[in-house]
Order: sequence, then structure tokens, then C-alpha cells
Amino acid sequence: MGALDTRPIGAAWGGSRSAAEVRLEDLRRIYGSTTALDGLDITIHAGELVALLGPSGCGKTTALRLVAGLEDADGGQVVIDGRDVTHLPASRRDTGMVFQAYSLFPHMTARENVAFGLRMRKVGSAERRQRAGEMLELVGLSSQAERYAHQLSGGQQQRVALARALAIRPSVLLLDEPLSALDARVRSQLRDEIRHVQREVGITTLFVTHDQEEALAIADRVGVMRAGRLEQMGPPTAIYSQPATPFVAEFVGLTNRLAGVVDGGTVDVRGIRLPLIATDTPDGPAVALVRPEAVSLTPAPEGSNGLLSGTVTAVSFLGAVSRLTVDLGDTTVLVQIPTADATAHPGGSRVRIALRQDPVLITRDGSPGKP
Amino acid sequence: MNRRRRRRLAAFKTVVYVVLGLFFLLPIAAMVEFATRGVGLTSPRTLSAFTSIGSDPELVDAITASLELAVITSVGMLALLLPTMIWIRLCLPRMRRPVELVCLTPLTIPAIVLVVGFAPLYNWIEINVSDSILTLAFAYLILVLPYCYRALDAGLSAVDVRTLSEAARSLGAGWGTVMWRVIVPNMSSAVSNACLLCVAVVLGEFTVANLLNFENLQVAISILGTGNARDSIALAVLSLVFVFFFLLVLSFLGRALSRRRRGGARA
Repeated sequence: MGALDTRPIGAAWGGSRSAAEVRLEDLRRIYGSTTALDGLDITIHAGELVALLGPSGCGKTTALRLVAGLEDADGGQVVIDGRDVTHLPASRRDTGMVFQAYSLFPHMTARENVAFGLRMRKVGSAERRQRAGEMLELVGLSSQAERYAHQLSGGQQQRVALARALAIRPSVLLLDEPLSALDARVRSQLRDEIRHVQREVGITTLFVTHDQEEALAIADRVGVMRAGRLEQMGPPTAIYSQPATPFVAEFVGLTNRLAGVVDGGTVDVRGIRLPLIATDTPDGPAVALVRPEAVSLTPAPEGSNGLLSGTVTAVSFLGAVSRLTVDLGDTTVLVQIPTADATAHPGGSRVRIALRQDPVLITRDGSPGKP
Repeated sequence: MNRRRRRRLAAFKTVVYVVLGLFFLLPIAAMVEFATRGVGLTSPRTLSAFTSIGSDPELVDAITASLELAVITSVGMLALLLPTMIWIRLCLPRMRRPVELVCLTPLTIPAIVLVVGFAPLYNWIEINVSDSILTLAFAYLILVLPYCYRALDAGLSAVDVRTLSEAARSLGAGWGTVMWRVIVPNMSSAVSNACLLCVAVVLGEFTVANLLNFENLQVAISILGTGNARDSIALAVLSLVFVFFFLLVLSFLGRALSRRRRGGARA
């Protein structure tokens, strides 16, 4: 499982194939009485990696399967490289796919697996062998070429699956939660490798995941989905720091819901004025969504009172950072601070909170006070 | 204590093996003994009953017909069941129970009742299609359904049919390739089990053939038995030995295949 940085990936890819743009236009998919996709519009630029993120059942996997041709759309179209492929069968779509479940053909060696797609494309046996070898080298598994799936670890199997998907030089690479069956360490390693290979090869990629950390780490742009629709699409930093909707704010990272009053483009939360992401928010009472890392703590004298004073009720150690729960009397706040600072505030100690001047999002649904 | 228990278990196993062995082997040994007897009480043992089998053209026809039927039924069964079962797993999971029920039904219907149903059908077939004994393959296809369905179902359950077929399709494989190059090679032992059951059922079938007036192996043995008991027993021994060896070869092949874990498709 070595790093891949030094290998000539472009050569293995076979020269200069220009990347394709993928457009999903008003895609609809209905299963019985459930609407899995409700008019989904996404454009993936050539060579870009877009991650679709959302809770299970939000339609992200359905969207991917529609691009792959493994399911039929009930409306809308899929356009790959300017060509409408909506009604083409999966075998003629020119997409490479890596599945969540281990999908290597058990009766074939790693090399035979990688060569399978080339065989389907009637590539000669010498070239097949050579290209399969190159693809295995690309994912760092040359030494395992003659092994069967059951002789490979989960991470290795997914690498072979990636090599197999790329071997046919598809115009789109589709990744359906390829890392979710792996353990944490292998997962982050393979995540970085997928990104590396994707960058080198320059292939347009759609990556589906329910893991927000994974999506933010790997993607050029992240699309957050909810109930068959795209909630927000943008670069990972924008998704995190400028969520368009309360759903995005709460799905991507943790959020505190604090009651406040909007007044003239700012919001007053417990006596602190915070800027708004959407400055045109109408005035009135509202709930501000505040990230745990935007809250800081200072020790407060015993018995001190006020809107910003509270008691630490729980401390969870997360490594470099710690997450504290502070009871403010009428509500609780999650606070994420460096572990070195957190040691000053053990459970039961009185603290005073401060809010960083990050722009916040306002919501008017639901009750305040539930972090 | 533990060792004593283990020894007792071993003794129990030996007893079971011996009793079962005797139960199966004694009748066969008796058959061999009977088939090799000379004409008189004192005359020496002879293999004439075995050697005379080949010289009776009617008997040879019956044996050939049964072997052909075994092959035709196996091929027909695979051609009918495999695509259907794979298709149901992939596209019509709701149809699985009904199809299973239909496939298992022949098991619950006595052969004699089946024949009552078959008779008019075979009258028609005899007049309009062919009066060959090979038309029995239709009836046998129905008789073997329950056994073969079970065998293939077990094999399919061990394979992630959906993911494998989707992976193959996204790599450019058509439905035929998905089936023969991807799914079947991964259930080769189930396929050979199904064939094995199919052959065993067909070679041992008597009732349907007899009642529809066809002379297959078992019917020939029974007819022969009325005139020449020795020859008929010799034939029965041979057919038993044949089936036994066939099963041995098939199960050995299946195991060797699944151990190597590779089938038709190679890079």
C-alpha cells in the first residue's frame, strides 16, 4: 500500500483523452409511491470530482445508478460529453463504476478482472495483458496480479475494482460509497489515493457518500442532497462555512441552534451581534446556527450569572480537539476547542462563552435550544 | 471423561458406518452373487449374464435411450432454469416465491397422477410430433424441476448476483456474457449438482416411461426380469455402478472447479 506519487500515471492511462462533461437534467425516478429523484439538475465539469452527499434515502445512489444506466429514468436526461445517453443500456454507456459491495469476479484473478472490460471491447490479448498490468501498477498492486479476490484484503479488492473501472478508459468514473466497507485507516488512505489517481488521469468523477468528512476531503465540489433534490452545490469550504439552508448546515458538521433576534442584517444572540450569511433576512425572532468551533470558553467565577455563563456538563476527547457540552440554563451549547485549552474546563466547572464573528445562517423552523 | 466420550463417539460412528455400509452393499453383493451364478447348483460362476447385455439389441436401445434422455433433460433443465432463476433474482424478486412453488409442485404429485395428465398430451405428441422415446424428455423436465431448482437456488444464494452482473454490465458485458462468463462460473458446483440429480432421476425413472409405453432402462430391466432374472439383475448392477461412478466423477469435477475458483472467462 505505498504512495503513488512517483508513478507515471498519465502514461498508464494511455495518453491524452480529453475529459467529458456530464449533465444530469431534471432527472426523475419514482419507486411506487416514493419519489427517489425529484428533478435533479447537476453539471459535472470535465475532469472535475463531484461528491454527492446526503442521508440514506436522499436519492444520491439512485442518481449515480441512473448515470451508469443500471436504472431507468422516469423523466429528464443524462448527457455525457454532449451525447444524450438516457436510454442507452449500461453496457454501452462508457462509464466505469466502483461499487460499495466487493464486486470482483471471484473466479478470476486480479489481472483477469481488470482485463474483463477490455475483453468485452475486443482488445487483443497481448494489449489486454499489458494494459491490465499498467492499471494494477497504477493502484499499486502489480505484485498481487495473479491473486483471486478471496486472497486480497478489502482495501486491495477496492483498488482492483478501481483499476478495473479505469482500464476501459471510460468518460466518467462513478464511485458508489467505495470506502464504506473498509476500516478507518484504510479508508482515509484509499480516499487520498482515489483523489490522486483521479487528478492524474483527469477523469470526470461522481462520488457518492453519506460521510461528510469524506465528501469535503475528496471533492472539487460537493452536492448536498435531500429528498431527491439538490439542496446546495459548491466547493467544500463554501458548503461548510456558507451553508445555503439549515439542512446543509446541520448535515455537514455539527451545529448549535441558538435563539436570537434578526435586526438590520445582523442577529443578536444572547447579547452578541453576529453577521449573517444571507444579509437580506427579514427582521424578527429567529434561530441562529452556530458551529461548535466558533464558540470559545473562558473561566467564570463560581456563582456568576448572565446569558453567557454556564456549566460544563460533558467533555469528550477527540484527539487534537475536545468537544464540551455547556449548560447555559435555558439551552445547551456544543463547544469544540483544542484539547490543550479544554483541560482548563473539566466537567462541572463554571465557564463563560464567547462567539466568533463568523457569518451565521438563520432558520425559523423547529425549536431553538437543541444542539 | 472427555477422552472416554470421544472414544465412545468414534465407536458410535464406526457402528453407523458399518450398518449403513451393510445396508447398501449387502443387496448389491447379493445381486452380484446371483447374477454370476452358473446354470446348475454345482456349475462354476460365470459372467455370461453381463456379457450377454451387449448382444441384446433391444436392451442396447433402451440403455442408449436412457442415456440420451439424461443428457437432453440436463441440457433442457439448465437452459430453462438458469436464465429464469437469474432473471428473477435480478429483475423480479417478487416472483421468487411463486416460481419456487411451481418448481416444487411435481414433488407433491404422485407419478401415477402426473401420467394421467401426461397421457392425452403424449397421445397428441405421438400423432403430431414424434413417437420417439426421446419425447419423454418433456415429462422428465418436469420431474427433475424440484431437485434441480433446489440445487441451483443454493448456488445462486452464495453469489452476489446483482453486484456481479451490474459490475459486468458497466464494463460492457451483455446479458449473455453476464450469465455465462460471470454468474455461471461462480456457481459451477451448483450446476454440476443439478446435473447430477437430473441424471440420477432420469436413469432411475420407471413409472412414467412404463405407463406411457416407452422402453427405457428401468422398463427394460423389469421386462427382462420376467423372462431372465439373472440378466435383469446383471443389468441392474451395471446401472447402479454406472450411476455411482458418474456421481463420483461429477462431484469430483465440481469440487476441483470450485477449488480452482476459475471458469470459462480468462484474461
